[in-house]
Amino acid sequence: MAHDLETIDDPGIPPHVHRKTDTDPIAAKKAERQVAILFLLSALGTILFIVSYIAIPDDIFVFLPIMGSTNAHQLFLGLGLAFSLFFIGMGAIHWAKTLMPDNEVTVQRHEFRSVDDDRREFVKTAKEGASAAGLGRRSLIKRSLGLSLGLVGLSPLLLLRDLGPLPGDSLNKTSWKAGTRLVTDPGDRPIKPEDLEVGAVAQVLPAMLPGQDHRTLSDIGKDAVLLIRLRPEEFNLDAERLSWTHEGIIAFSKICSHMGCAVALYEQQTKHLLCPCHQSTFDVTRAAKVLFGPAARPLPQLALALDAEGYLVAKQPFNEAVGPSFWERSS
Amino acid sequence: MKRLSKYRRHRAAAPLLLIIALLGIGTTFSVASATPNKSSLALARSAIIEEGKQIFLKGCSSCHGLNAEGGAIAPSLIGVGAASVDFQVATGRMPMADMSTQAMRKAPVYSPQEVAALAAYVASLAPGPEIPGDELLNYERDGSVAEGGELFRNNCAMCHNFAGQGGALTQGKYAPTVMGVEPVHIYEAMITGPQSMPVFSDKIITPEEKLSIIKWIKSAEAEPALGGASLGRVGPVTEGLLVWTLGIGILIGVAVWLAMKAR
Repeated sequence: MAHDLETIDDPGIPPHVHRKTDTDPIAAKKAERQVAILFLLSALGTILFIVSYIAIPDDIFVFLPIMGSTNAHQLFLGLGLAFSLFFIGMGAIHWAKTLMPDNEVTVQRHEFRSVDDDRREFVKTAKEGASAAGLGRRSLIKRSLGLSLGLVGLSPLLLLRDLGPLPGDSLNKTSWKAGTRLVTDPGDRPIKPEDLEVGAVAQVLPAMLPGQDHRTLSDIGKDAVLLIRLRPEEFNLDAERLSWTHEGIIAFSKICSHMGCAVALYEQQTKHLLCPCHQSTFDVTRAAKVLFGPAARPLPQLALALDAEGYLVAKQPFNEAVGPSFWERSS
Repeated sequence: MKRLSKYRRHRAAAPLLLIIALLGIGTTFSVASATPNKSSLALARSAIIEEGKQIFLKGCSSCHGLNAEGGAIAPSLIGVGAASVDFQVATGRMPMADMSTQAMRKAPVYSPQEVAALAAYVASLAPGPEIPGDELLNYERDGSVAEGGELFRNNCAMCHNFAGQGGALTQGKYAPTVMGVEPVHIYEAMITGPQSMPVFSDKIITPEEKLSIIKWIKSAEAEPALGGASLGRVGPVTEGLLVWTLGIGILIGVAVWLAMKAR
């Protein structure tokens, strides 16, 4: 279906309106003074910056209404620098807008293609240069240059190796083994059940092996455990998980199963564990079942036992990978 | 002297002298052995407990029960100890203003003497954590800020924020700020676990370590805000909010002025 389109005449460019400063010399003089004042303000700002750097000691505090108690040295340094930079810019813009030429110029748009003569000339010059360099004849140079350029191109690819190596099964394993003592973090003291009252928590790590004098952060990031004591009758666990507790003491991995934040906000009254990053909430009495939030799995529970000296130890390693999901995760 | 010696053969002279001598010996003895005997101490203590009981019956028993056994809306206070009472009442959290999710800190209702009496009464019901003595709280002399900082970051910062400013918990509950809290109340909170807070036993965080935590909190409190408004010291949330509203607002204003045609 064809429409008869009514042609509209080109309206052309609207008439140019001159600024007041173009027509009125008094206004122009006024604008000139304004620009000068702005530049002077900038100069004053720089002087303030210099003076406050030299003259204001850095231990004086002044009270400002909304800001509160503020360090005078820093405050005036900042104000001085802000004034000096801001008013230079403001003066320049005001100058350009009010006093600099206000001509309107029309530029016709053309194709960006060079004329055919120029293009022919370029090809000719390039070919002459190539033959003068002897690229076609000297194949040894051509090939060795190709080799060196190719190898240069390869080197960034080599750096991709730093994305690896693949973690292997290190994400599935922690330092907890059967019989590893639970020790306080910090302090490294072994813990007896009677050290914890009902309602008490302890941040724990696996005891260091003989000869080990420090832990790596990547180990702490997997090994951190929260120990909590409840009344045994408050548990609502199946027989296996109940056997992993000891007299009301239960231990969970502190690494959130969502994104790996440390889940250690334990609310003693509700027995909820809260992750500070995305508010995933876990129920301690039901083996850290997820009550709320984006976490998809309960926190892994660490099975507890006592060693011969009566200290709390891990009965076995974690039975699943701690922390957030990853592609190769088995469960 | 002459006038006194006139009366030395008076009938009452001998008995009077005897009485004066006896009184003198008695006073000297009681001053020399300054410790009052045990029965009078126990008497004073039971008087304080009795006073505490009277305050408890008037102010607390409607929720906590006539014998502090607890009720539907309030927990039992048997065995919570003097430290718990001192923390809850001296910081004004108890008595609660209303049955909201959390007892808030407010001006205390009872005087320090009344709090002490209440604490003595509740402590008399069953043994519990005691109010820590001054020797455990001398953070100006003992403790280590560095160790306290490490302990705070590991045990306290997840709820009370890295700078001790407090933070949100679930369903309207929150961990209050630890700034401006008296050392004794910080200590009591750690050993009693008030409201949502868990208990930090003395074997897990030793009394010396607790003192270091207090020392760190006091040093964080004294930290000057070099940049002026600390914006609550809660980190990127308030800082981002300020930049996004005030900072970008100023930039928009400048951009509008830049694009405005001069007339």
